[in-house]
Amino acid sequence: MTDKHSSSRHPRLLPAAALLSLLAACSRTTEPTVTPPSTAPIRVFAAASLTASFQAIAAAYEQQHPGQKVELHFAGSPQLALQLCEGAAADVFAAADQPNMQKVVDGGVTAAAPVEFARNELAIAVRAGNPKGVRGLGDLARAELKVVLCAPDVPAGKYARQALAAQQLTVRSVSDESSVKAVVGKVQLGEVDAGVVYATDTKVDGVEGVAIPSAQNVVASYPIAVLARGGNRAGGEALVAFVRSEAGRALLRQHGFVSP
Amino acid sequence: MIGRGPIARTGLATVALLAALLFALPLLGLLVRTPWGELPALLQQPAVLRAVGLSLVSSGSALLLAIGFGLPLAVWLASGHSPLRTVVRIVVTLPIVLPPITAGIALLLAFGRNGLVGAWLDRWFGIGLPFTTFATVVAAAYMGMPFFVLSVEAGLRAFDRRYLDVASTLGASPLRRFLTVTLPMVLPSLRTGALLCWARGLGEYCATQMFAGNLDGTTRTMPLACGMAMESEPNVAIALSVILVAVSVGVLFVLRHGFPGQERR
Repeated sequence: MTDKHSSSRHPRLLPAAALLSLLAACSRTTEPTVTPPSTAPIRVFAAASLTASFQAIAAAYEQQHPGQKVELHFAGSPQLALQLCEGAAADVFAAADQPNMQKVVDGGVTAAAPVEFARNELAIAVRAGNPKGVRGLGDLARAELKVVLCAPDVPAGKYARQALAAQQLTVRSVSDESSVKAVVGKVQLGEVDAGVVYATDTKVDGVEGVAIPSAQNVVASYPIAVLARGGNRAGGEALVAFVRSEAGRALLRQHGFVSP
Repeated sequence: MIGRGPIARTGLATVALLAALLFALPLLGLLVRTPWGELPALLQQPAVLRAVGLSLVSSGSALLLAIGFGLPLAVWLASGHSPLRTVVRIVVTLPIVLPPITAGIALLLAFGRNGLVGAWLDRWFGIGLPFTTFATVVAAAYMGMPFFVLSVEAGLRAFDRRYLDVASTLGASPLRRFLTVTLPMVLPSLRTGALLCWARGLGEYCATQMFAGNLDGTTRTMPLACGMAMESEPNVAIALSVILVAVSVGVLFVLRHGFPGQERR
């Protein structure tokens, strides 16, 4: 319990922290008291496409480990890799592709070898109701459609280009976005007609996913690693184990991921 | 004053030094990591040159828009006092303090394909602003023009109107009075406003990315190229940053000391 207070350095946050710890106390009256293993929060850097699934995983983990806080930080994998190599402190890194994880490994930031924990497939995000009648990758080459992709350095952008090249399709992206979330946002607003993202990203309001057949699809492999420079190595290891456990896999599958 | 005793003076100097370090250290960090030897080669990459060219076109066009539309606006704002002017001034000044991302979202919701105005542009003329070079100009003008308007308005308000009365008694028409009396006398504030407007437009990042998108050769201006490069080729990002720092230092120097060789006013 005391960790909640020590983590709130800002005096104005004290009432909120006190309230939180009160709520936490209420929710686990039936459980036996256990001493929290570590006081520092587990800080996780995760690819933008993991946003919803990792929020669920963090909530489940926090419930299993009372007193342990999980801090999530989401962005495009290249940006996270750069921040980590430039000294950002985190305990866990979950990337959307191998090359960005490799940058972090090469930067000497990882504490253990990365392991694949999830797979994802590409899908076409269109506005709810699919007003432009997009049926597959071939439609993206239609001249009247505004299409966005992620930038080629962003895993989703790289995979999308691989999939399109395999079908010998030339698609002009009107903007190379820095993350899948930015692509989905532009589709949601109706500024573009379609965007290639992960199947998991299309499960949001106002957006519909058009599936890409397996034969034409590219499977994205998501690696996860415990990092050396964070403030809670043991917590990081426990969280990675949880992500790879059956409970973690089930949560990932609920959000559209495929278990490796 | 607080700086009376030696202790107070040392204390003041220490705190002042800390404050100055906050600004000096990031600059130093950038300069130390700059690959000076590779700089020319890095900056001559086609994608970098396209970004520099696009930035010059975008910020330059935004400045022209600011002069063409902002000057009349400043003249009107300076020509009296009314609640309407107060409201307009607040709306025009807003982008200076607005978080740029908010500005980008607002621009998108106004001029985007489903935006307030953009929907009609799309329906009637088939014009879509987002993802075009013109959108980068609009974003740069939206963020930069307030500096121009405010600066020129302040200049006009400080201007002694009796000169105009004299010119009028000499038979000068209103247009001639404006061009030959008012304009030369407010030139310093016009120059300050133009420089600030251009520099702000050149540095525009967030609103551009949100409203105009990010495509090499079309909407990827220097700051956007810098942000992209930071994730793949940090040295290119550092090289572009050095240019932007140099330009900014130049702008500040000219603001304070005038163009080299120019007499100080």
